Amino acid sequence: MRYLPLTPEDRREMLRRTGVADVNELFADIPADRLPAAPFDLPQHKSELEVERTLTRLAAQNVAAASVPFFVGCGSYRHHVPASVDHLIQRSEFLTSYTPYQPEIAQGTLQYLFEFQTQVTMLTGMEVANASMYDGSTAATEAVLMAHRITGRRKAVLSGNLHPHYRQAISTVSAMANYSASVGAADPSGGEDLVASIDAETSCVVVQTPDFYGHLHDLRPIAERAHAAGALLIAVVTEAMSLGLVMPPGDMGADIVAAEGQSLGNALNFGGPYVGLFAARQKLVRQMPGRLVGETIDADGRRGFVLTLSTREQHIRREKATSNICTNSGLCALAFTIHLTLLGQEGLSRLARINHAHAVMLADMLAAIPDVTVLNRTFFNEFTIRVPRRAASVIDDLAARGVLAGVPVSRLEPDQPLLEDLIVVASTEVNDDADRAALVAALKEVLAS
Amino acid sequence: MNRQDRNLAGGAQGDRGATASDTFTGNRALEIEEALIFEIGRPDTTGVDWQDPPSVVPRLGGLTRATPTGLPALSEPEAVRHYVRLSRQNYGIDSGIYPLGSCTMKHNPRLNERMARLPGFADIHPLQPLATVRGALELIAELARWLRELTGMPAIAMTPKAGAHGELTGMMVIKAALRARGEDRTVVLVPQSAHGTNPATAALLGFRIEQIAARPDGTVDVAEVLSRLSSDTAAIMLTNPNTCGLFERDVVAIAEAVHEAGAYVYADGANFNAIVGKVRPGDLGVDAMHINLHKTFSTPHGGGGPGAGPVALSGALAAFTPIPYVIADSNGLRFVENSDDAEPGATPLGRLCAFHGQMGMFVRALSYMLSHGIDGMRQASEDAVLSANYLRASLSDLMSLPFVDRPCMHEVLFDDAWLEGSGLTTLDFAKAMIDEGYHPMTVYFPLIVHGAMLIEPTESESKVSLDLFVATLRDLAMAARRGDTARFLSAPRHAPRRRLDETRAARKPVLRWTLPAPTTPTV
Repeated sequence: MRYLPLTPEDRREMLRRTGVADVNELFADIPADRLPAAPFDLPQHKSELEVERTLTRLAAQNVAAASVPFFVGCGSYRHHVPASVDHLIQRSEFLTSYTPYQPEIAQGTLQYLFEFQTQVTMLTGMEVANASMYDGSTAATEAVLMAHRITGRRKAVLSGNLHPHYRQAISTVSAMANYSASVGAADPSGGEDLVASIDAETSCVVVQTPDFYGHLHDLRPIAERAHAAGALLIAVVTEAMSLGLVMPPGDMGADIVAAEGQSLGNALNFGGPYVGLFAARQKLVRQMPGRLVGETIDADGRRGFVLTLSTREQHIRREKATSNICTNSGLCALAFTIHLTLLGQEGLSRLARINHAHAVMLADMLAAIPDVTVLNRTFFNEFTIRVPRRAASVIDDLAARGVLAGVPVSRLEPDQPLLEDLIVVASTEVNDDADRAALVAALKEVLAS
Repeated sequence: MNRQDRNLAGGAQGDRGATASDTFTGNRALEIEEALIFEIGRPDTTGVDWQDPPSVVPRLGGLTRATPTGLPALSEPEAVRHYVRLSRQNYGIDSGIYPLGSCTMKHNPRLNERMARLPGFADIHPLQPLATVRGALELIAELARWLRELTGMPAIAMTPKAGAHGELTGMMVIKAALRARGEDRTVVLVPQSAHGTNPATAALLGFRIEQIAARPDGTVDVAEVLSRLSSDTAAIMLTNPNTCGLFERDVVAIAEAVHEAGAYVYADGANFNAIVGKVRPGDLGVDAMHINLHKTFSTPHGGGGPGAGPVALSGALAAFTPIPYVIADSNGLRFVENSDDAEPGATPLGRLCAFHGQMGMFVRALSYMLSHGIDGMRQASEDAVLSANYLRASLSDLMSLPFVDRPCMHEVLFDDAWLEGSGLTTLDFAKAMIDEGYHPMTVYFPLIVHGAMLIEPTESESKVSLDLFVATLRDLAMAARRGDTARFLSAPRHAPRRRLDETRAARKPVLRWTLPAPTTPTV
């Protein structure tokens, strides 16, 4: 077996040294009456070629985004990732290292995480950021739990235009941890007003911008109202690229920002692994979940980095920890930080403007199709259209014509008649004129048939 | 120019003493000092080329970013060098033995990386039409089948993103099952030796933790469990093999008693790698167990993630499997994405996160499983356990074992009794290992042993590698015993950094780079 270096002779010699005749003696504490009654119904080992063949066959049954005009978004976006990113994250010393518990031989990981934390604060306009979370939805969930800890209150107010999966993730944990989460009604026109839902029990208001339907929100009024009621404002961003062009939550009064960082450096990967960004005001740092990297010096006075404020964490505090989280999303955070380092301020701003321009052009083209309405007055690179019949069937018909045109809202918000004719369409830098023309032509055809 | 920048930075951030290096640059041959991107990056350079955007009337509603991000950029050659230099300051499994007990640092096959990058897996969107992702759903179903078969448990929650997320999932499922019975039980039993995530997870859900002491032999005391069980007990969280590296031989008696009391058995699957192909947790009475794909099934740890933590569920809990999941039966594949789509009788817990789980990790794990097959996985378990016992037999005359009665499983636990009187601590010993070119073992965990040193060699080491490791540890142990303290107290001397001041980092946290205050010119 190619991954197992011990030879039969090695094993015999090691058993001899261990003073054991048969390796099964080492497993003698397993109750004999509980050993598997029948052999496992699983195949024997395979060569690299055979495995490659099996998995390649499975992969071939999927339609890769690059092979078609592609406009699918809703919290996961197809962007161009520079070639050097994937090369660098495969450096063995990054790929095959553990959480940096021995900082003297993990400065590589610690320094890039320190750089990552700083970049996240710059991007979000916040004061501190952690070393990443699993993804945007779990970051949002942790943000709500953090707000409960800080305020001592138990109720979260969630915008109806929060990504439905995020809303559900927060609701699942809230229900099981005896907290409450009140959810506004979805408003695809973007005019939702959450102010009335804020009361003296509210620990936080969770608002997404750009929201699930693509609308941008000025968070300043809601921040003011939340703060007046003693609650925190949690801003959710599912498209990190937007922060290159759109006013960041930190400039609009957000107390905590929970974002999905997949757009930078990371592939679609059918939904994971991604990288959650988590940023907050400085005064809240000791209630933050997750790993934090801090600067210090070594015994020779040289600058170095370590995991710090660990007294918040489960391995020290156990049941009194701020969160049960152990890992972050290190390698995805590395991809994120490398991509952002290649872009810098100017590159990110330019790329964000390209995204916005492509979406504006597409929105205008779609709005010109009879019976198609664009619902958004504002958007970044994603917007919602209304079509004259069930959106899910329109999307399936378009897929049959080789165009992946967006997400029917009904897939995430089933059984809501008012949302059944809506499609969320995303357009990034990867879409060219031909893609847009193909979508428009196919949609006209489908709607005419 | 770079050197100047770094010196400026060093001067501002802490003093780069003359003692730090005997070279002009501060570099030591292959080991090259690297400044922060904020010190070497410039706003007027770029590592990407994008054309000017097409001209359009913006639809931002006036919400244009007013404050520039201030993000620095590096050109591609500079960026590549930056990250390559940083990588060389890291130790990885590919560098050498990485015996972190409980973390399972085994070889990460490169085939897995290649497979995960196939466009049919990496370049597909979680919300594109299901008809265009049949192969992806089939892969998830196939991985779930392997996990069911290996655990002997009928259902797998595939979406948890890491071990701790899996724990949270498992305990939420248990709570949902109790609620469905109309019960609101409040106590979770957690052995003293448990990972910190166990009590943290239970506490997050509002459970009260009762700690179970270990027996003198390092295992959970059945009598103690029996005396604690009541109609208020929701679950016990058991790690098996436990964090002392011992198989909980009374697990069946414990599980039966727990079930008798109407409670559930949660198993922390962090150490599943010791028993894969040897015994099925479902046959031992486990109701829920997370599986760290990044430990047992070789997906890379990546410097602390991403992981993946699917949870196996018993028949008693299967109905609560969170969405989404794939049902594979004679009718083909069906994807249950919303609770309303669930089959009759199912009452899914709800959704844990956006989308469908850690697909990139699923591909790698299945690639590992197909490569090993059941025969290879059983052999891997045996090799891991044999290697740990080989280390135990080769070191126990010099280093002290807290538990001597029985063989260990995949990891061997020493304590610091043997260092008594030497003036040295477990940490000193660990730091000296760094100078010898090894990543230290897990130290000071589990908490039930004083100065714990938990060594997990995994099945990935050759005998030559193990023998050199043994010889090194023996040399260090003898040096410690004969009072050669200098070798330890000054360690590490050959790492990119000497010991780092963690107290300073925590006392006045510097968690982000800021522009150093301008210094007044001295001339």
